[in-house]
Amino acid sequence: MIPASFDYEVAESAEHAVALLAEHGDEAKLLAGGHSLIPMMRFRLATPTVLVDVGRLDDLRYINADNGTISIGALTRHSELEHSELLARSCPMMASVAALVGDPAVRHRGTLGGTLAHSDPASDLPAAVLALGGTIVARGPSGDREIAATDFFTGYFESALADDEMIVEVRVPASDAGWNYQKFNRRAQDWAIVGVAVADAGAGVSLVNMGSTPLRASAVEAAVASGASAADAAALAAEGLQPPSDLNADADYRRHLARVFTQRALNAAGVA
Amino acid sequence: MTMTDDPATHLDSAGHMGRPRLRREDPALLTGEAQFIDDMSLHGEIWVGIVRSTEAHATILGVDGSAALEIDGVTEVLSGADLAPLWGEGALPCAWPVTDDMRNPAHLPVATSVAKYVGDAVAVVLATSRYAAADGAAAVSVDYDPLPAVVDIEAAVADGAPLVHEDLGTNESYTWPLIPNPEAVDEAFANAAHVVSERFVQQRLIPAPMEPRGVVAAPGVASGELTLYSATQIPHILKVMTAVTLGIPEHKIRVVAPSVGGGFGCKLNVYAEEILCSALAMDRGVPVRWTESRSEAATATIQGRGQVQHIELAADDNGKVQAVRVKLLADMGAYLQLVTPGVPLLGGFLYHGCYDIAHYSFECTSVFTNKTPTDAYRGAGRPEATYAVERAMDSLAVAVGVTPEEIRSRNFIAADAFPYESCAGLIFDSGDYQTVLDKAVEMAGLDGVRATQAQRRADGSNRQIGVGFSSYVEMCGLAPSRVLASLNYGAGGWEAATVRVLPTAKVQVITGSTPHGQGHETSWSMIVADKLGIDPDDVEVLHSDTAISPTGLDTYGSRSLSVGGTAVFMATDKVLDKARLIAAHQLEANEDDLEYVDGAFQVKGTPTAAVPFAAIAFAAFTAHDLPDGMEPNLEAHVTYDPPNFTFPNGTHIAVVEVDTDTGDVDIVDYVAVDDCGNQVNPMIVEGQVHGGVLQGAAQALYEDAVYTEDGQIVTVNLGDYLVPSAAEAPAYRVASHVTPSPTNPMGVKGIGEAGTIAATPAVINAVVDALRPMGITDVAMPASPQTVWRAINEAQGGAS
Ligand SMILES: Cc1cc2nc3c(=O)[nH]c(=O)nc-3n(C[C@H](O)[C@H](O)[C@H](O)COP(=O)(O)OP(=O)(O)OC[C@H]3O[C@@H](n4cnc5c(N)ncnc54)[C@H](O)[C@@H]3O)c2cc1C
Repeated sequence: MIPASFDYEVAESAEHAVALLAEHGDEAKLLAGGHSLIPMMRFRLATPTVLVDVGRLDDLRYINADNGTISIGALTRHSELEHSELLARSCPMMASVAALVGDPAVRHRGTLGGTLAHSDPASDLPAAVLALGGTIVARGPSGDREIAATDFFTGYFESALADDEMIVEVRVPASDAGWNYQKFNRRAQDWAIVGVAVADAGAGVSLVNMGSTPLRASAVEAAVASGASAADAAALAAEGLQPPSDLNADADYRRHLARVFTQRALNAAGVA
Repeated sequence: MTMTDDPATHLDSAGHMGRPRLRREDPALLTGEAQFIDDMSLHGEIWVGIVRSTEAHATILGVDGSAALEIDGVTEVLSGADLAPLWGEGALPCAWPVTDDMRNPAHLPVATSVAKYVGDAVAVVLATSRYAAADGAAAVSVDYDPLPAVVDIEAAVADGAPLVHEDLGTNESYTWPLIPNPEAVDEAFANAAHVVSERFVQQRLIPAPMEPRGVVAAPGVASGELTLYSATQIPHILKVMTAVTLGIPEHKIRVVAPSVGGGFGCKLNVYAEEILCSALAMDRGVPVRWTESRSEAATATIQGRGQVQHIELAADDNGKVQAVRVKLLADMGAYLQLVTPGVPLLGGFLYHGCYDIAHYSFECTSVFTNKTPTDAYRGAGRPEATYAVERAMDSLAVAVGVTPEEIRSRNFIAADAFPYESCAGLIFDSGDYQTVLDKAVEMAGLDGVRATQAQRRADGSNRQIGVGFSSYVEMCGLAPSRVLASLNYGAGGWEAATVRVLPTAKVQVITGSTPHGQGHETSWSMIVADKLGIDPDDVEVLHSDTAISPTGLDTYGSRSLSVGGTAVFMATDKVLDKARLIAAHQLEANEDDLEYVDGAFQVKGTPTAAVPFAAIAFAAFTAHDLPDGMEPNLEAHVTYDPPNFTFPNGTHIAVVEVDTDTGDVDIVDYVAVDDCGNQVNPMIVEGQVHGGVLQGAAQALYEDAVYTEDGQIVTVNLGDYLVPSAAEAPAYRVASHVTPSPTNPMGVKGIGEAGTIAATPAVINAVVDALRPMGITDVAMPASPQTVWRAINEAQGGAS
């Protein structure tokens, strides 16, 4: 398939991008790594008439640590997370999850801001940010605001971002203890059929592809907090969830997988 | 017959053959220099966009192109009826009417009244760019009146099934039996100590070569000529068929296949788009082109497999099989493409596998459904046959109470039985199946693997180990023309080659075999170089353009080396024969006293008086001093018709680990021992085995063209249709065993399809072996995690 026609603008700064978004309204879309947006345009599932390219805003490509908080620029590529020594030391889950996204070509293009804004329940990094209790910094016409990751994902491919807002930064707490990420897929390059991220020895547990958004598994977190075994806590992983059915897995099998991989992730994160 | 592990020692050459050599094709492919169809551009070209049916079966009430015509760049919208005069009576060809009463519905490039599958072309948009063509095609609205669709092949033959082709009165295309002695088969089953009876489903596969198809048709307005560029495996056959279909004189057609990015059989066809673009180009007098998109390829290009197989084995007490009985339902899809009906027959001779079985019964009924036509896909019929017999042999092993390797050993055709006449009437050329199996068993370290397996079983581990065997033999090197005639195939099976020595002693080889990834240029240059005692880099190999290589039958059925390569080999011999006469003339010696050593003729034992090849080449060119009556120049042409098929064989062993909590299958070891006869370039052989095995494993574990009950295809992109990548490939361990084929002078057999044929049953046998203690005896393909987990869950009494 080839996309429908569109106009193309290059943003010179985040402010410029936001101004262009305000000017073109909901006809416009930001283009970052393009590895979610362009496939959707090729299938004509998305037909924006204006693309605002933020992919060249290199000042938004950084990973900094300050006082126990790690700040990551929105245009930071997955491969930069994957190979960051700072993350390897201070927040290894982010690096390790980034290394499991797609294939090397995808990781060299795709950005952290893009994957969060896209809000695909099957994506990996949103679940990591969610389990870590991260924060998303959005810039709009009236300045910046912080959105807790727990409030960010509002629906299927929908986020708390307004049409004229752009993610500029993502913050996660430095955290290197008791973490694990389990990704179950059939081919290395594919999205997770089910994924489970565990941070802080089970204080943060999130699920990939188990509903319309990336999800916190609160029942599991509560059970771990009250001293339940990994097996007992994991048994609650699919509680109350309505996971999707597709060619790889129907809802029942997904629920089963969520329990299996939650237990494996908890075990690997040190929860017995 | 001697056997050895080192392919080089067999070729009796100190040269290049038998030694690994990097492919000369690769630098251009890897750097992007190679030109594919979509890289072309011709002045004044127009683009075709195809409106494809969104219905599996529907009457076309009307085509409305008004919205499309509003789009910038869209110049015309044409319905099937508008286009019909362009091809008149000419329908897309089926070259293999396997029975005299085969039903073959007329297949127009663009449907006029009824759409018969999702993807069937129903209208055409002409535009000035590819983008406008795509926008235009999306904007055409077609008014459909849906008809009931037939999707499942067993349902298609049930009473009262809706009909794909109302006028035929049935969904059956043909029934083809091969039952040399029915009474003997019945008797064998009546007296059998063990009867194994199995039903297997071969899911449909989407070939998915790296390069989708594409066509550029360029007319010569003044000359009345047509140049057809196509991403095809068969420029020669396409040329004849285009002439016949459109009534263009054959000598006015030139077909060119530029670099072609893989085919796996799906480019062995004459497609609607080739005929459509050619007809439009001739009619409008401008170049007309089309490039297939990936999602279009899911339905516009043929699919592979699609069979329901019933196989029964009758064996004695010891598990020696006396008879095999097979009934097949084969899915043709909505129409018969070029060789659609013949594909099940290519397997129809091989359902006894590599076993010495006395009695044979095979019957295939082929069925129309409202789906994309099927046709040849890597292995074509032989993977299906091998799957059925190899799965059934494992069931027999269980029934008899012996290991899979033991049941195979008890039944193999013995090494001293060759040439061996099979119960299906073929003459197998050479082989030593037991030695091949022994070698595979040794490489796999089977004792250790089985010990681990036993331990895991005892521990109730959630990582169960399974070992799967697949011993195969295939008939390839297609094919003796007379045998093809007996099967009603519409062409011969020969191949042509020209070897032309240039004045400076460089050599041009012109081959009728059409490479699209196999490395002909490298292999052919090695053959010629060794015979002439020159450097392979001094040999150019030309192909794939009917103006350069006018005679040929192209590439499929593992035929290139054993038929096309043999023609090159023989043409080089002819060149040498003439060169010898020139040398004898120059040396004033008797030609019988000459020998050819290190690229020069000398009187036997007298290296001082030698005439180098270069001197002969130049003498042939100047023609100043040739023997009386000899024609100038040094060039020879050979058309080689093989006297028999060749019969590559081997044993593959897959070791899998099944995660019983999730159903995930991991191939932890894969051993392949193949006998493809002598090897020209072992590196190419190994590459073919690697790719072939992964493609076979893909059918076992990943790939499936999924249709809904109403005939909608679900897997139209590579996110949903799971072609595995290098990351999923097992760590292959590959070895060979050589029994040269006596059928051709190089003793070669073919390796293009072997891996695909062997791997599918090896992997599934391994999965079933892992799960057998749970009472599981079969797992449907592809054995996805969900499918395997469900089987486990059901076996353990859980809900399905
Ligand atoms: C073959 C393939 C395999 C993949 N596999 C995986 C996988 O296994 N796991 C996984 O998680 N992902 C996978 N992806 C998706 C990949 O990670 C994407 O790169 C990522 O999801 C989106 O990032 P992007 O920068 O490419 O965003 P784009 O495609 O450029 O944009 C995506 C959306 O986000 C918006 N957007 C982008 N940047 C911003 C911003 N700063 N602020 C606000 N809105 C913004 C865009 O307007 C658009 O709506 C895969 C992609 C491909 C093509």
